[in-house]
Amino acid sequence: MKQFTSNPFYKFIIFPIGQILVFALGASLVLSLFTVLLAYIFRSAMTEFDLVERVLLILPQVVINGLTIGFVYSTIALGYTMVYGVLEFINFSHSEIFMVGGIVGVELMAYFDHTGALQTMNQYVIIALAILLGMVISGSLAVTVERVAYKPLRGAPRLVPLISAIGMSFFLQDAVRLILSLTTGEFNVILPNFGTFDEFLILAVPGIATPLRFQIKSILLVGVTVLMLVGLNYLVNGTKIGKAIRAVAQDRPSASLMGINVNMIISITFLIGGALGGAAGVLFALKATKLDPFVGFFPGLKAFTAAVLGGIGNLTGALLGGLILGLLESFSASYLSTFTNGAFGAEYKDIFAFAVLILVLILRPSGLLGQTVGQKA
Amino acid sequence: MKTFFSELFKKANSGFWPIFITLGLLIAGTISVYQNPRSLSAFLTLMLCPLLVYFMKINMKVKVFIGLLLIVVILPVLGIRNIFYLEVIFQMAVFAALALGLNIVIGMAGLLDLGYVAFYAVGAYTWAIFGSKQLSLLHSIPGAAPAGAEFALSPNYFWLFLFLGVGLAALAGILLGLPVLRLRGDYLAIVTLGFGEVIRVLALNLDKPINLTNGPQGITPIQRPPLPPEFILAPIRSLLTPIVGHVPTDAEFYNVFFYFLALIVIMIAILVATRLEDSRIGRAWTAIREDETAAIAMGIPLVKMKLAAFAAGASFAGGMGVLYAANRTFVSPETFSFLQSIGVLTMVILGGLGSIPGVIFGASAVVILNIQVLQNFSLYLSELRQSDAVIPIINFAWKDLSNQLDPAKYQKLVFGIILVVMMIFRPSGLIPAERRKRELVEDKE
Repeated sequence: MKQFTSNPFYKFIIFPIGQILVFALGASLVLSLFTVLLAYIFRSAMTEFDLVERVLLILPQVVINGLTIGFVYSTIALGYTMVYGVLEFINFSHSEIFMVGGIVGVELMAYFDHTGALQTMNQYVIIALAILLGMVISGSLAVTVERVAYKPLRGAPRLVPLISAIGMSFFLQDAVRLILSLTTGEFNVILPNFGTFDEFLILAVPGIATPLRFQIKSILLVGVTVLMLVGLNYLVNGTKIGKAIRAVAQDRPSASLMGINVNMIISITFLIGGALGGAAGVLFALKATKLDPFVGFFPGLKAFTAAVLGGIGNLTGALLGGLILGLLESFSASYLSTFTNGAFGAEYKDIFAFAVLILVLILRPSGLLGQTVGQKA
Repeated sequence: MKTFFSELFKKANSGFWPIFITLGLLIAGTISVYQNPRSLSAFLTLMLCPLLVYFMKINMKVKVFIGLLLIVVILPVLGIRNIFYLEVIFQMAVFAALALGLNIVIGMAGLLDLGYVAFYAVGAYTWAIFGSKQLSLLHSIPGAAPAGAEFALSPNYFWLFLFLGVGLAALAGILLGLPVLRLRGDYLAIVTLGFGEVIRVLALNLDKPINLTNGPQGITPIQRPPLPPEFILAPIRSLLTPIVGHVPTDAEFYNVFFYFLALIVIMIAILVATRLEDSRIGRAWTAIREDETAAIAMGIPLVKMKLAAFAAGASFAGGMGVLYAANRTFVSPETFSFLQSIGVLTMVILGGLGSIPGVIFGASAVVILNIQVLQNFSLYLSELRQSDAVIPIINFAWKDLSNQLDPAKYQKLVFGIILVVMMIFRPSGLIPAERRKRELVEDKE
């Protein structure tokens, strides 16, 4: 067993992927079972149609949608949770870092569209370039924000950096809007249409009446996020930098005594978190196809909820929390109107995230995977 | 340079000088606003007076007299002359009351509430639903109002609902507070933010299954309380006609009326806040703000005190919400966005956490900035855009400037910059609270 876990191939590739699979399947299964159970209970209340049948009809698609958005939330949540782990403060402007990444990616594709390269180049190369650019810009923006707005406030009372972060978030939203409207005259950015991402991969499964339909961009999205998650896991658990990050998160003064450059490590944390946020932004843009400077607010809030749900400061927890939240959103958006017979619809899906947040904070403030440590004042 | 100015200020602030300067500025400001009702600088000059009254060393009675003269006589009269000023000072009064309420939650008890506008919405929708025709439209489709809908209540019920709004908002504060107040400060911030969004989403979507809020279109018309009877209004009207240059209309009287109502709420808010500050509760809040663990050890009932702060802050917002709904005769979910919550937070931070004069100053400054300075800047830019002017060196024609660039719509940028800059350079605000001032002095010694 010992030999097995110390083998880097298993430790950094097989194990994390297995973990992601278990989480994704487990969360989907639990929520699906719960929904079907609910449908059975309320079956007699609906006379016009069979509730169970209607629920089962769209279930696979709902699960797929939920997992796709869930991976995006997970990737954003990692940025929150890493910064929280190291600095113990909510980086409120992370949702704007995410937004900037998305807009930079879309602008790059629009630029390729303008030069005509969009139709000639390989579509995967374009996406890879967009993600890379989004990561670089978002990562450096996150580091800049940290230097300007948070570093001078280290050691101040808790609420001071939080208010500064809220201010930074507002500033970034309007600054991006200003730049966009000055350069393009329009602050909405629209993803140019290219490649085969909108097409569906149809998979007929024996035993299920409707074949499963995977949109190619959903597969791409999940693939890229899983790749990044595995990479992050290696970075944090397998390298010296990761060791330093963990040390700073555990005890900053001692880490500094051990010769770790704490400021440097904090900057690196922001860089990694920002880069992940930027990549998530580009992937989110692929799915949403239209972005504006205020698009980051809700995904950011949900990702934060995901981080809290999983146990803030805990990387695995953020992954699990994001998946659960994405699934929950997808389920509530699809089934709320079915269950209430049209009285309440998909517009309430955002409320679900907050309801989850409040419930988690009341019932288990340390999150699903967080250690039950005493609350630090 | 700095010593020169402080010497100058010291000299100006001794003997008879303060009264001369303050009265001089008051008269100059009044005359210049009277002469140029559209000029921003004239209005700003006049608005400097309250600051001078606050900072100058003048006999307390004289101070109160000058302050009352300005607030009760000069501002309303000038406001009737130019209805826009009445709007500005009404908004100042509304936001000052909101900021005073938020100040109790953040400044005194140290709980960061990012969804403060939700309580404002509770108050506003309370009167909006009962004071409009909405109750008879519960089962109709939004937008398709059947003829013959009636107002459910007489407008006199406004006064009852002013208190009901206060009570309901306080209740909402307690209901929200009960589960979440055990949380640490930053979690509390996010949960209150979520609560604010929940209230907004509810207001936006509760037009079905029953049409309670009329959805995104909002509720209109909402009734206003009746004006004072004609035998009071008539002499005022005949007195004001030569001064303002036209016969004041009922609409203008309504604006003054609501301005005075808002003033009364502010007076109550100030009274409550000052009395609370040095009371048992106020000291308990300070203790909680400074060190929760120590506060518990001293036997302070933590959750009870926090709930009290939440309820007290929320109740001001609720009362102001009722007032706002009646003044506008219209409410819609857009008024209660996250931006507004942060706007009120910005006022509190700018003026000074926990400082009552600071918070009022912050509210006034942000309102003037928002609806006067930014608007004027917008007008200026659009004038430039229509002209043939060109920026010299980079050869940029103003005509090519994007139409999207409208400074009046960049409130978030302004709020963001104010928040970050204040936090980094002056976290205690422009007019810090007395207690903090004392703490700072002690630190230096």
